Amino acid sequence: MSELLKISGLHASIDADGIPKEILRGVDLVVPPGEVHAIMGPNGCGKSTLSYVLAGREEYDVTAGSVSFMGQDLLAMEPEERAAAGLFLAFQAPVELPGVNNANFLRTAVNAVRRARGEPELDAVGFLKTVRAATKNLSMSDDMLKRNVNVGFSGGEKKRNEVLQMTMLQPKLAILDETDSGLDVDALRIVAEGVKNLRSPDFSALVITHHQRLLEYLGPDRIHVMVRGRIVRSGGPELAKQIDVEGYASFLTEAA
Amino acid sequence: MNALAPSGRSLAPFEARLSGVHDVERKSAAGDLARTGLPGPRVEAWHYTNLRALSGHVFAESDVLFDEKEARAVLASVIPEGSIFEKLPRLVLVNGRIAPGLSSSTASLPEGVSWSSFASAPDFGTQTSPQRDPLVALNTALASDGMQLSVATGVKAGQVLLVSLALSSSGVVSFHPRHNVALAPEASLTLIEISAGNDGQELYFHNPVLTCSLAEGAHLEHVKLQQEAGNAIHLATVYADIAGHATYESFTLTLGSALARHEVHASLAGAHAAVHVNGAQLLGNTQVGDITSVITHSAPDCISRQTVRNVLTDRSRAVFQGKVLVERVAQKTDGYQMNQALLLSPTAEIDAKPELEIYADDVRCSHGATVGALDEEQLFYLRSRGIAGAQARQMLVEAFLIEATDLVRDEVARTLLDGALADALLNRITAEERGS
Ligand SMILES: Nc1ncnc2c1ncn2[C@@H]1O[C@H](COP(=O)(O)OP(=O)(O)O)[C@@H](O)[C@H]1O
Ligand SMILES: [Mg+2]
Repeated sequence: MSELLKISGLHASIDADGIPKEILRGVDLVVPPGEVHAIMGPNGCGKSTLSYVLAGREEYDVTAGSVSFMGQDLLAMEPEERAAAGLFLAFQAPVELPGVNNANFLRTAVNAVRRARGEPELDAVGFLKTVRAATKNLSMSDDMLKRNVNVGFSGGEKKRNEVLQMTMLQPKLAILDETDSGLDVDALRIVAEGVKNLRSPDFSALVITHHQRLLEYLGPDRIHVMVRGRIVRSGGPELAKQIDVEGYASFLTEAA
Repeated sequence: MNALAPSGRSLAPFEARLSGVHDVERKSAAGDLARTGLPGPRVEAWHYTNLRALSGHVFAESDVLFDEKEARAVLASVIPEGSIFEKLPRLVLVNGRIAPGLSSSTASLPEGVSWSSFASAPDFGTQTSPQRDPLVALNTALASDGMQLSVATGVKAGQVLLVSLALSSSGVVSFHPRHNVALAPEASLTLIEISAGNDGQELYFHNPVLTCSLAEGAHLEHVKLQQEAGNAIHLATVYADIAGHATYESFTLTLGSALARHEVHASLAGAHAAVHVNGAQLLGNTQVGDITSVITHSAPDCISRQTVRNVLTDRSRAVFQGKVLVERVAQKTDGYQMNQALLLSPTAEIDAKPELEIYADDVRCSHGATVGALDEEQLFYLRSRGIAGAQARQMLVEAFLIEATDLVRDEVARTLLDGALADALLNRITAEERGS
């Protein structure tokens, strides 16, 4: 199989006060196994929408196109089935869950996914060992495990918590939606290490970012530029450098 | 006695027993009842909670004998064997009567704490008003037993369990226990009150009255778990008289019974006293759960807090009535009321009636209410982590209620409530999956 993820002619819209608003207007994209790809594009072009549609958010209506993930029809799967199959989305805006303990949440998620993958569940001790190792790698305090999920977390802590979940769930494809935004240099390096630690022939990442710096850490295989709901250009890492210098202006005309 | 009282419901369900009472206080209470009848829907305080479920039955006295094995099984359903709760001093009532064989010995009570049975020396006290509250009148007329607990000056008593078990009787029965808790100055106690019933038995009606008196600087945390049998009726009334610098902190968790009301009358009688009437209800089927309170601020600088959270499924209904009365002398009163509901089905309902009656001019009183469904974004977040829809919903429901039980200060009591909550949710999910 030469593609892990294959998106073809994907159109998606959202109901805006009763009127369908088209956001994705024919996205084509292929991510082979073991590669890191980046999506760059101006605010509002549909990057987060694409990541939500891939993760299975029901708010969006897919009106045309298809997505296959490891040869399966991704769009026919429930969000939890997609997670079990190995898709992970690090949210641009991680959701706060008052009253849900972070450690319990992680353990429930890990075991749900393990069950679905036919792997044995982790008991309390096994879980603690795994999670301790992961938090240490991410320079997270144990205190963050005791708190409620993302409640009262700083922006950086929320992003690190996303990377922690990614590490624990061992996805085949991680979509990172601006996980680097709002991070200081140290936090950025830690997050990048978190992704790098997962790199293997079985792991791919689709990194949505505005910044060259994260990509320098990760060494992406391909860069895709999204404008107005379409991928308008794909190329090598040099494309990211060009955007860093020139911005998106030269791509805007291509989308028309 | 007149079976059809003028404005209220018929007393027929209790008539035979009421006509048999003899001592002065019981007779007077029976007389009060005869005048009012049981409250009907026209009585304002009972507008949202209909007592028609009491009609059409004759509630007999429960059997004195009970099955020890059944008792142990029901007890273990609320106090798991080997749990920390099993080690706490406890008084256990079975069908309204103290069961010494299931209770701790008096010797196990800490120094300065004592209990005795209501039956051995009935004392109704002066806090209640049977003339105004028919269910208290009913309790007064028919009370057979209960716990009388006192804590001496300055004694930190820790946790004491008061457990009321309802076990199979022959026929439809009711019991009307009468409890009293008295805290001397600077004394403190966590009273964990549990009502549990054996599912599958005939209808029963549990009608407890608890009076609490808190002297200067005393602290009572009253934590209640109501887990009656599914068809039961549970109508409880609590009176709390709170002296200066004393605090009555209460939390009630409603899980069981077909029809339930937890009614609290709290009186803040001295400066810098505080009262919390918090609670949570998890209701399904056609359950009705009512939390009603009347808080009277009769002294300055007092605090009252009420936070109630409801989770309603199927055709269940929650009632929240909170009245705060601030008397003219009660300057600098700080009152807060919040009632929140998660409506998980279109046929579930919540009726809320906050009521502020303020005669002082320098007060801060607020109330609020929210009604909503589960948050789609939170649900999606959980599902995107591999947690299936039903479990994700259960987690969010539990989280919503745990945010309420977090208000329970006593960690042991809080753990007990959270455990009962988790079990109740698990049972619900399993029932959902079975498609029932
Ligand atoms: N839930 C929504 N309701 C209405 N409009 C939305 C919603 N989600 C996204 N949009 C709109 O779709 C467009 C793309 O948004 P988004 O995918 O968040 O862009 P990006 O992540 O590239 O900044 C924007 O114009 C945004 O306002
Ligand atoms: Mg975005």
